[in-house]
Amino acid sequence: MKYLKNVVTLELFPERCTGCGRCLEVCPRQVFAQNGRIVRIVDLDRCIECGACMMNCSFGAIRVNPGVGCAAAVINGLIRGGEPQCGCDGTSGTSCC
Amino acid sequence: MAVELFDLRGAGNTNATANVLTVPARWSRRDRLDRLKCRLFNSFRMHYTVDPGIYAVGAPDRASPVLVTANYKLSFNLLRRELAGFQAWIVVLDTRGINVWCAAGKGTFGTEELIRRIRSSRLAEVVEHRSIILPQLGAPGVEAHSVKERTGFSVEYGPVYAVDLPAYLRRGRKATAEMRAVRFGFRERLELTPMEIVPALKGFAIFLAAVFVLFGLQPSGILFHSALRNGLPAAILGAAALLSGTLLTPLLLPWIPFRAFALKGLLVGAVTTAALVFLIPAPALQSVYLKAFSLIFFPAASSYLALQFTGSTPFTGISGVRRELKFGLPLYIVAGAIASAFVIFYKLEEWGILS
Repeated sequence: MKYLKNVVTLELFPERCTGCGRCLEVCPRQVFAQNGRIVRIVDLDRCIECGACMMNCSFGAIRVNPGVGCAAAVINGLIRGGEPQCGCDGTSGTSCC
Repeated sequence: MAVELFDLRGAGNTNATANVLTVPARWSRRDRLDRLKCRLFNSFRMHYTVDPGIYAVGAPDRASPVLVTANYKLSFNLLRRELAGFQAWIVVLDTRGINVWCAAGKGTFGTEELIRRIRSSRLAEVVEHRSIILPQLGAPGVEAHSVKERTGFSVEYGPVYAVDLPAYLRRGRKATAEMRAVRFGFRERLELTPMEIVPALKGFAIFLAAVFVLFGLQPSGILFHSALRNGLPAAILGAAALLSGTLLTPLLLPWIPFRAFALKGLLVGAVTTAALVFLIPAPALQSVYLKAFSLIFFPAASSYLALQFTGSTPFTGISGVRRELKFGLPLYIVAGAIASAFVIFYKLEEWGILS
């Protein structure tokens, strides 16, 4: 299953990539593939913007605006102002997580 | 506080080499019951925790693998259950009772907490090797290279699901492509639907009260029989919309057209509403205004509820959810306003003011 087309904020900077393959390991959606000595994005629409690849790339070759794909969290953020936050800490009884 | 909840009969309570609590891999009846309660009751789930720290499964020694998890007790239980027959250490991070994936997103299953817990549990003295295995879904919160730099422990990302751990460990800690991918089959979706249905019931109670007042309201006061007779079809339609958005849409997810959850929910809600509006032989539903209200309000409600399921799926991202809400929220407000207008028209017609 894939989510919406052409909305994902993921970017890969090939000039910084060393091809270490850490992003392939942490990505739960198989967005990347090894392409010779570096990595490339094979299916951008599969990305769920979890941020695992950016977090674990020690060469700064990946950028993404990470966040949770949770409507309750985004609505919560709109109501309270500020960043999306899910009620998973027990403060409110949303369904998220 | 949480540790005495384990059934420790027959087990040596502490591991002699490191003086840590040994937990059994096997689940007790209570563990199975607790899992059910986690899926049904938010209040239970939110307080189902295990104390952060280090635990032993089997009789681990200084060479045994170290697995890291969250202090949501269901996560911890699912992990220890898969470790039957293995000798391993479990390091539990303080994620405030939240599962690995969500806690990683918040950063509580994160670099700082991991480093703190490696130090406070004196992991470097417990084991002689310098590697720890994290669940892959913890990766959004953990900078593996920083952990290595600051503690000497290198992070290996294990499989997404605990159920794949035995195979992963036996294969010399190599994950297959399947182990690296999130799965979201029918059973996973079914297991998560109660957490959609139960919170929605709160809104449904308010809806029922409104229906009762609205349909009971007559020039002479609120009449019970009128509320029951005319309100019942609306109550049924409401229940159908609730189930369309929280149960049918999640279960049929891959087979419903459209990628947007709001559209999926709208379609399912429209189909169930239309079918019921034309099938229920209620006099109230003969009203054009009430028909129009139903065909607008209930599909919209189902759409909104289906949108909430984005939070339970592992393939939605925040940019997509923002896009859906940007178009969806104004439409819900407009639909609500138009639906309210039709209800007013319906009441005016019923009272004979209109015509």
